Amino acid sequence: MELLRIDRLAAGIEEKELLHGVSLTVGSGETHILMGPNGAGKSTIGLTLMGSPEYHVTGGKIFFEGEDITEESADRRAKRGIFLSFQNPVEIPGLSLSDFLRNAMEQLSGQRMKLWDFKKQLRAAMDVLQMDPAYADRDLNVGFSGGEKKKAEILQLLMLKPKLAILDETDSGLDVDAVRTVSAGIAAYREQCGGSLLIITHNTKILESLTVDRTHIIADGRITAEGGAELIDEINRSGFEKYTERAI
Amino acid sequence: MKQKTQVADIDRSLYDFRYDEDASDLLASGITPEIIREISEEKGDPEWMRQFRLHSLEIFAKTEMPPWGPPIDGLNLDNIVAYIRPKSRMNTDWNNVPENIKETFERLGIPQAERESLAGVGAQYDSELVYHNVRKEVAESGVVYTDLESAMHDPRFAEMIQTHFMKLVPPTDHKFAALHGAVWSGGSFVYVPAGVRLEIPLQSYFRLNAKGAGQFEHTLIIVEDDAYLHFIEGCSAPKYYEAGLHAGCVELYVGKRATLRYSTIENWSKNMYNLNTKRAVVAEGGRIEWVSGSFGSHVSYLYPMSILNGRGAHAEFTGITFAGAGQNLDTGAKIVHNAPETSSHIDTKSISKSGGISTFRSAVTVAEQAVGSRSSVSCESLMLDSISRSDTVPVMDIRTDQADIGHEAKIGRISDDAVFYLMSRGLDEQSARAMIVSGFADNVSKELPLEYAMEMNNLIRLEMTGSAG
Repeated sequence: MELLRIDRLAAGIEEKELLHGVSLTVGSGETHILMGPNGAGKSTIGLTLMGSPEYHVTGGKIFFEGEDITEESADRRAKRGIFLSFQNPVEIPGLSLSDFLRNAMEQLSGQRMKLWDFKKQLRAAMDVLQMDPAYADRDLNVGFSGGEKKKAEILQLLMLKPKLAILDETDSGLDVDAVRTVSAGIAAYREQCGGSLLIITHNTKILESLTVDRTHIIADGRITAEGGAELIDEINRSGFEKYTERAI
Repeated sequence: MKQKTQVADIDRSLYDFRYDEDASDLLASGITPEIIREISEEKGDPEWMRQFRLHSLEIFAKTEMPPWGPPIDGLNLDNIVAYIRPKSRMNTDWNNVPENIKETFERLGIPQAERESLAGVGAQYDSELVYHNVRKEVAESGVVYTDLESAMHDPRFAEMIQTHFMKLVPPTDHKFAALHGAVWSGGSFVYVPAGVRLEIPLQSYFRLNAKGAGQFEHTLIIVEDDAYLHFIEGCSAPKYYEAGLHAGCVELYVGKRATLRYSTIENWSKNMYNLNTKRAVVAEGGRIEWVSGSFGSHVSYLYPMSILNGRGAHAEFTGITFAGAGQNLDTGAKIVHNAPETSSHIDTKSISKSGGISTFRSAVTVAEQAVGSRSSVSCESLMLDSISRSDTVPVMDIRTDQADIGHEAKIGRISDDAVFYLMSRGLDEQSARAMIVSGFADNVSKELPLEYAMEMNNLIRLEMTGSAG
């Protein structure tokens, strides 16, 4: 069943168009990989799908569960079940990770949450990610190392249980152990929620524990190739070069 | 989609109720020798105090308006009613407080707070204290908490008051200190004997009810050597068409190795002129800790001053100022390092919104003899829109090279990235902004007593969302 459909999406920042008509469909429970060289427009897709006010849609549409969400604000999209793991999560001084998470969960569900239930869930999710429980009381992302920030993003993914998770370079800058932990977190999300994944990456280690349904190659703001998991291996062997010219 | 946050004026219904006062209770408006004599007569002042008032009035007449800070032309001193005759004698039994006054304080949660978490409470309504009570065990430890008028007539304290009253803040300090010296009324006197550590706080609440009136309460606190006190003051007033004036004075004497923590949450109505003077002097090894939340008033001038007179004395100032539409709040702190190895730390946050102006002013003076002293000043400002203003005016006067002085100032806006980040997790824009602002104020709310921290967070939330809470 179709969950997300991007139809000839054109979008950019200020006066500059970065996506020139991207189309892409993600079905329920599927795992999609979006790969491409630097500056191809990968992050633009993630941020535009999430509704960043910095990016303006200049053409095309975004549908989620059949509804047009192209003009919706980020919080409305989150309430529909879209989640973006940020490449550079923002630091919020004075707001603790746990207060933030509980607030977000309450806003998503529209219901008060018992502190006890929340803490139990939080503890379980932190265990999966081998996070020190002390992080729950720390200010959101403030002073977190690169790896800790990425873990905190996946923690939010596990707690908020979206229908579609867009992971933007979640594996970049992580050491081998951290990649393994984050992969375990993503696997837990798939297992617990059965949600769809759109993984933006140029690293394939994170994909080892996942079954990939479809791979999309993006270059210069256009999808230039699509295929199954085998496309990842080919990119690993010969790079993006042959895909930067051809648009499909 | 992508709409701007709608921010309305704060819902003040909690504070805005009021009761009419009888015309016979008001003295004529304006500040004249006749009015001063009448106040003095009414209050049964000792002779020295009557002289002091009249002398202060002379200084007031000769002194110019302050040459710095926001304009105060809207304040017409000829219209200010300096004294409102009390409807009731001071009470120590809540049941004897007149019904409408009692209801006022009950709506503000005052007696409830006393029952729950305070060692003693004072409540001032217009010009006089209407209620004062201290827990029995606290009184037995020798702690005195009463109104200044009663203490002045008590043979045990009469001399102490004469030797301390307006010695830290003399009437010559500035025009409104002189005015205060002439017309002061009400306020608190606290005496904590040497070695007594009061673990639960004392609180006083100031409520200005009458229209076009001034409130000029005087707070005098003496904490003897090795003693500890936490004193909390809260202020509010309903809004009238005519501007009100608050020119209170706080004088704090902190003994050797003693600690005084002085917390204020001020929420005067937004047409009040809050021209308040607060000062502490700290002896060897003593500590003064100020915690200050300024939310109300039309114009504020408020710079609590700490004079570190003894070796190793320490001052700490943690403050937040929130200036909304029509508010011009000039706040900060002053520190004087007068002895070796003294230390001070100023940490302030200010928020301005909807055209509000917030100015941080600090003055740190390190005297020649204050070798080995340390001072750090940090101020952070947050402007919530492009029509609001925030300024920082730090002044330092360092007379020795053997001192360690640091200063840090940051002025910023709420980052769009931060708002988007929180919204991407399902928070609507208003909640996202409110959370960022609350977070910004977090280090101050942490310092406040719990119920005040909650009040502060509610005020921020109301200011940010404009919804009735």
